Amino acid sequence: MPEMTYLQAISDGLRQEMRRDKRVFVIGEDVGVYGGAFKVTLGFQEEFGSWRVIDAPLSETAIMGGATGAALMGLRPVAEMQFADFVSCAWDHLVTVAAKQRWRVGTPVPIVLRLPSGGGFSGGPFHSQNPESSFAHIPGLKCVCPSTPEDAKGLIISAIEDPSPVLFFEHKHLYRRIKGEVPEERYTVPIGKARIHHEGTDATVVTWGAMVYTAEEASSQVDASIEIVDLRSVMPWDKQAVLDSVRKTSKVLVLHEDTRTGGFGGEIAATIAEEAFEDLDAPVRRIAAPDTPVPFSPALEKAFIPQVDDVVRGLRELVEY
Amino acid sequence: MATGTAVDVVMPQMGVSVSEGTITKWLKQAGDQVEADETLLEISTDKVDTEVPSPASGVVTEILVPEGQTVDVGTVLARIGGEAPAAETAAAAPAPPEPQGERPEPDAAPSEPAPAPAAPEPAPAAAQAAPTPAEPDDATTNGKAFVSPVVARIAGEHGVDPSKVPGTGTGGRVTKRDILAFIEGGEQTSITAREPAEAVAAPAPAAPPPPAAPPAPAAPVPAAAPTPATVAGQEQAAPGAGETLEPMSAMRRGIAEHMRRSLDTSAHVTSAIEVDMTNVVGVRGKVKREFEQAYGVNPTYLAFVARATVDTLRDYPYVNGELRDGQIVTRTYVNLGFAVELADGKGLIVPVVKNAETLNLLGMAKGIADIAARARNKQLLPDDVAGGTFTITNPGGYGTFHGTPVISQPQAAILGTYAIVKRPWVITDHDGTDSIAIRSMMNLTLTYDHRLIDGALAGRFLRDLRERLQTWGESDY
Repeated sequence: MPEMTYLQAISDGLRQEMRRDKRVFVIGEDVGVYGGAFKVTLGFQEEFGSWRVIDAPLSETAIMGGATGAALMGLRPVAEMQFADFVSCAWDHLVTVAAKQRWRVGTPVPIVLRLPSGGGFSGGPFHSQNPESSFAHIPGLKCVCPSTPEDAKGLIISAIEDPSPVLFFEHKHLYRRIKGEVPEERYTVPIGKARIHHEGTDATVVTWGAMVYTAEEASSQVDASIEIVDLRSVMPWDKQAVLDSVRKTSKVLVLHEDTRTGGFGGEIAATIAEEAFEDLDAPVRRIAAPDTPVPFSPALEKAFIPQVDDVVRGLRELVEY
Repeated sequence: MATGTAVDVVMPQMGVSVSEGTITKWLKQAGDQVEADETLLEISTDKVDTEVPSPASGVVTEILVPEGQTVDVGTVLARIGGEAPAAETAAAAPAPPEPQGERPEPDAAPSEPAPAPAAPEPAPAAAQAAPTPAEPDDATTNGKAFVSPVVARIAGEHGVDPSKVPGTGTGGRVTKRDILAFIEGGEQTSITAREPAEAVAAPAPAAPPPPAAPPAPAAPVPAAAPTPATVAGQEQAAPGAGETLEPMSAMRRGIAEHMRRSLDTSAHVTSAIEVDMTNVVGVRGKVKREFEQAYGVNPTYLAFVARATVDTLRDYPYVNGELRDGQIVTRTYVNLGFAVELADGKGLIVPVVKNAETLNLLGMAKGIADIAARARNKQLLPDDVAGGTFTITNPGGYGTFHGTPVISQPQAAILGTYAIVKRPWVITDHDGTDSIAIRSMMNLTLTYDHRLIDGALAGRFLRDLRERLQTWGESDY
């Protein structure tokens, strides 16, 4: 199996689907000639032509509106927001039209919205957010947040296949930093299925995206056996996998890079309290970013994004509880 | 916040003949918020296992009866709202755990078991880590006194008192790992140490109140049916070599009491008759496919027998009747009970198909399938087991050809159905010639209360029932 970066895996999956299925096309700002802000679609326009790799005007509203119309007409658009933060401009088309369409009239809306998200490189308040919980709250939308190259490729293919709009949150911090073996052939990773990143018996960390690696590093510094559940999909999320792990360890830390209040961790914690109360040996803990915009200053951003030390402290308290 | 007046949660009446219930599980603990109609606890009676909804919204201020304990209907089990219990709580409780418990126990986890005569291995450590009841300050209560949900559950399942377990968590709290190690340690100790541990592990770990004289219920509680309280009591004899002791479930005690009482009440007599079921076998073979495909229900032989029984009962109202206070009760309806074995094989329940006289063969088959499925899955409601006027029991599934069932009180009779087997049988042609044919034969028994039903009446009932079954036509429903 070849080794690929997280970014190459996304690119590879996308390219395979475009070769396989002529209905699949890419639209976004600078995705064509320039190859995308992060070069995910580098070389795509040469291979597939400017009709299937469309440089859109600087309007997320137009991109999302165009993708919705194309999906309704039977195509399979993969739209890119240059940064996940900009998806707010496309809110109306995405939330009012695309999310409701299948439920309202029954027509599939097979849109993939690629959303480079996350911070850790001083991108400031407009280029660093993790807005998955805002969209997980919208019935009709699916949200996936892969953490490994293998899952990134399998999930982008599943997202393209899916009849509903799927928001594909790709963490910018992982793009070139994370490498892994990725099967060359086409395969899918099911949406809504978690993956046990690391098995353990003393406490569970439920997380996704770049925080999987923060949890991994932290658990290696704690003198206890920590299970890491990588959700992979935030909506639908794998409740069963989480509850199974909770029943095993009885102690849970929910970790995410998004801000705390209204973050998806609250939903997970509430579900655990409702459905696994009698298996708990400690209160469910959350570690998340504080309720502020993402700061620009590197020192402040470090204080904002959950760090390995924060997780180590949280895990120690949880294990000792 | 506890506001307003306290509302009492009492052991509900789960059927006319139920006088007591066992608390199997508290879903809320003292201090928890509960909404009106939210399930507060689970109880087990000799009729059904069921959930009890909260009568009011508020904070559960007190839990007065721990899990595993059996109390009379109407006993106050918990209080909701009002002022939080003060120190006199323990004294005010109708069934106080242990009078010497100085400190009010805010948690409802199975607490205060009878002092184990010889605690297993970790006993010294336990004593060391035991809470000091003299210090009711915040730090202490927040540490050792708090029992986490999972620890409470494990403690309940294994009958372990968490306060006897050495705690290693925050403030000496007992962690899940602590209690699991404690239980494992107990089981690994030598045989001699094991016996007391098992005695503690009886399902009623809560210190049984001395079997206080129960307020004499209508039905006398037979001495032969020990309550879990006496099982868990210290005085209980240890099992002999090769024996094990197992507490009786509430249902088993209910069955024991009912069977004994029935034999003490009714004058049981059994009559049997042989029925040629060949016609029914043929008709069933013809309608089975249709019933299964169109209605998803299997027309069992039991449904045929039940259907014919209901028709026959119309002509014999005493068989569907009852002796009540020196008078004879007869009815214009039939509520037909069916004896059903539970899925775990540990008990029997008699759910009732109401107004069976209104059901045709299809309705009867569906009704029986429905109650039987719900009985096996423990989904019966109290109403489903109440109000029977006649009962059918079907031990024939195992091949038995005769039996003398016990009448379900206060009914007057019970029909037993047995295995259908092919036998050589003498039949008489229309021209009077006898010949031996292979026929599908079944025995039926009617066990009746001779106080009300005479042998001749029972005989005529069985004769007519046989006639209905033997002449069952294809168009009869």
